[in-house]
Amino acid sequence: MIFCKTKGGWTIHLDFLQLLTTPFKQGQMPLLFFPARAEVLPEPLGLVLVLASWNFPISLALDPVIGAISAGNTVVLKPSELSPASSSFLANTIPRYLDSAALKVIEGGHDAAEQLLQQKWDKIFFTGSSRVGRIIMAAAANHLTPVTLELGGKCPTILDSLSISDLEVAIKRIVGGKWGLCSGQACIGIDYVLVEEKFASILVELLKKCIKAFFGDSMPNLKNLCRIVSKSHFDRVSNLLGDPRVAASIVHGGSWDEQNLMIEPTILLDPPLDADIMSEEIFGPLLPIITLNKIEESIEFINLRPKPLAIYAFTKNERFKKKLLSETSSGSITFNDAVVQFVADSLPFGGVGQSGFGRYHGKYSFDTFSHEKAVLQRSFYLELEPRYPPWNDFKLDFIKLAYKFDYLGLLLLLSGLRRIFKRSN
Amino acid sequence: MAFFDAAAMMKGLRGTYASGRTRSYEWRVSQLKALLKLASFHEKEIVDALRSDLSKPELESFLQEIALLKESCGLALKELHRWMAPEKVKTMMTTFPSSAEIVPEPLGVVLVISAWNYPFLLSLDPVIGAIAAGNAVVLKPSEIAPATSSVLAKLLGQYMDCSAVKVVEGAIPETTALLEQKWDKIFYTGNGKVGRIVSAAAAKHLTPLVLELGGKSPVIVDSNVDLKVAARRIIAGKWGCNNGQACVSPDYAITTKEFAPDLIDTLRSELEKFYGKDPLKSNDLSRIVNSNHFNRLSKLLDDDKISGKIIHGGQKDIANLKIAPTILLDVPGDSLIMEEEIFGPLLPILTVNNVEDSFNIIKSKDKPLAAYLFTNNKKLKENFISNISAGGLVVNDTTMHLAVPTLPFGGVGESGMGAYHGKFSFDAFSHKKAVLLRSFAGDLSSRYPPYTPKKLNLLKALVNGSLLGILRALLGWHD
Repeated sequence: MIFCKTKGGWTIHLDFLQLLTTPFKQGQMPLLFFPARAEVLPEPLGLVLVLASWNFPISLALDPVIGAISAGNTVVLKPSELSPASSSFLANTIPRYLDSAALKVIEGGHDAAEQLLQQKWDKIFFTGSSRVGRIIMAAAANHLTPVTLELGGKCPTILDSLSISDLEVAIKRIVGGKWGLCSGQACIGIDYVLVEEKFASILVELLKKCIKAFFGDSMPNLKNLCRIVSKSHFDRVSNLLGDPRVAASIVHGGSWDEQNLMIEPTILLDPPLDADIMSEEIFGPLLPIITLNKIEESIEFINLRPKPLAIYAFTKNERFKKKLLSETSSGSITFNDAVVQFVADSLPFGGVGQSGFGRYHGKYSFDTFSHEKAVLQRSFYLELEPRYPPWNDFKLDFIKLAYKFDYLGLLLLLSGLRRIFKRSN
Repeated sequence: MAFFDAAAMMKGLRGTYASGRTRSYEWRVSQLKALLKLASFHEKEIVDALRSDLSKPELESFLQEIALLKESCGLALKELHRWMAPEKVKTMMTTFPSSAEIVPEPLGVVLVISAWNYPFLLSLDPVIGAIAAGNAVVLKPSEIAPATSSVLAKLLGQYMDCSAVKVVEGAIPETTALLEQKWDKIFYTGNGKVGRIVSAAAAKHLTPLVLELGGKSPVIVDSNVDLKVAARRIIAGKWGCNNGQACVSPDYAITTKEFAPDLIDTLRSELEKFYGKDPLKSNDLSRIVNSNHFNRLSKLLDDDKISGKIIHGGQKDIANLKIAPTILLDVPGDSLIMEEEIFGPLLPILTVNNVEDSFNIIKSKDKPLAAYLFTNNKKLKENFISNISAGGLVVNDTTMHLAVPTLPFGGVGESGMGAYHGKFSFDAFSHKKAVLLRSFAGDLSSRYPPYTPKKLNLLKALVNGSLLGILRALLGWHD
């Protein structure tokens, strides 16, 4: 029923059909609001800053820029100075193809970043480490700038017992997901593997074989492998092997070529859990294998550590899959493969906890750089008197009933039969 | 104040969360039902607390706090199954064969810091979201509304699972202690100054935020409108919402020079109908919350720059912390009243030559939480909707959008970040985990080294989605 105040008093229009068949734009609203039209309108945030990383310097720069542009923003892109050739390429090529009044590339290192961060942005999109993520977020806090932080973490890989043919596929995917991805320098790259103790030796053997097939058997014959990006990262990664307990756990590889910044694919078996290699994100070609008594222990192992950007689990055990899904938390979880979730555009890509917040890829990129503006449109007719003061018991009752869609109660109230109708709230 | 051990409390909550207790559907439902009971059985206590804190009229307390809260609970209970369900998503050629879904999961242990103006609603509405999403939650109500804070602590202690839902009362020391902890999400309602402090604290732990702030929400009044209805709705949104102390109250109005006298006359006559000739004596108006805010508002009225601009109201009753509905006309842009969010019963009206000029005024200021337009002009309406950026817009009414649960409620720019209400509350306190399920069959050797031109061609064709390309590459491969 629709109530309308006319000159003479109240007129009730019975228009059940209309009420039933005209859906409100987005869901029901209490009677008090009828008629109304509600919608959500995406709009650009304004001027946004994209800070890219050095390991996938082209895609991690341009992918967020695609989102920013499609959402209608103006953009400043700062590529990483650790990948200077890509940075240069972007700075030189983008202005040739894109509207340089709206999309600028600023090259530079810390100084450039610091200066940029002092400005007031409508959004900052950062890909990089948690340490720098904190600095970015603190700078953004001064201006109440929303941020998306795509950080990293130690992405664990769980290897359950599999048939030989499945295991062969799994090995390829693990080797590809570790060293085939910028030599381990990837936020979603496999950091370490968890496996039952009884499978450890066969795992190591199969990994060795696969590494040899993919990358060659030893320095200096290695091919198809990225080098470490810089001397300081080279030092960082090689220092992880400096701990003698860690060095003692190497079962394959372990050598490097400092001049060419190459580190051999290296496998470690049960390095000490308190060593740096097991507390920090490796971001390099070293693969620790941690053995467990039972594979289910991997859940507790993972949960004792910060939430990673991705978890990979090679298993065909449906119960174990469900348990992993519900009992661990990560940006994403992929079963029986590694890294490919990155190219699944219908899936949001982003972290949780220490691995970051916010997400992108596909429509999520558009959303991340948009403000979803709520729009409500009302008309002038259909005024509801009880909405306005001065208030009295009648109006209070009316409002309470209208709020509950209690049409019968309202009818009784209006016809003066309020006393008969008394209900408890 | 007794020493408050935030770290110990946090440890306990982490233990509760780790036990998995808050994740079950049954637990969430039990807690939501408990909130519903609390709001239903203790209505009088809540109304009394709100009257004590704000002299809030009963109808406002019911409609704007209790009813909205119950609606929110009811919706969560009805929809929770749907909200918790994984969402299957399409997969593409690039990951074939695979299946994918998005699974919502709780963030963990979250903090809700509430405000004083709608102390009941703004405390419990976010808590509904936190609980529905399966988190453990700490609520810190505002100390500026002490009666409500006390009632919340008591009732939540009585009705809720205290191992997972806690209330911490207190002021700056307690809030600071809370902010030093590592939360999985912080939800803050309040002002920009404290919003920055909360953000800086969150940055240390990489804690994501929702900030529900405020701003100067303008209302534009065009001339071809049903003026009586427009005036009433403006009054309802301004003085009918905690006497202007609401983040979405129309802060100031803009109309044409020509139309201003009509608008002012109608506002005056409707104000008198609503609140009588002596509004300081009306029971239908909230008081100013405390003497700090009373003094702040007095200062706005005492500003030299606006002397002579008060055209209605201006009366104050310092003993009862009451200020009458006050209208000012054409105050200068650099007056105090136009520089900060008023959050009180003062309505400046600015006049322009053409109603379209109002857009420039609005755009010259920070993006507000809400913006309102009264018009029957379709083009003006469309222009307004496309070009004015604010948390939310309402045409031909004020403030109503926050009662529509299918609309996200939140700010942009200085008015905040993130949104809630309805499913948006559930989403605000969830992590949407991406899940990809692949099989071992159909392993594409082209992914792996050694890399060859043939592999590259095939991969390029796959990524381009070119069936012909794939065929060609495969044939070339088999050559």
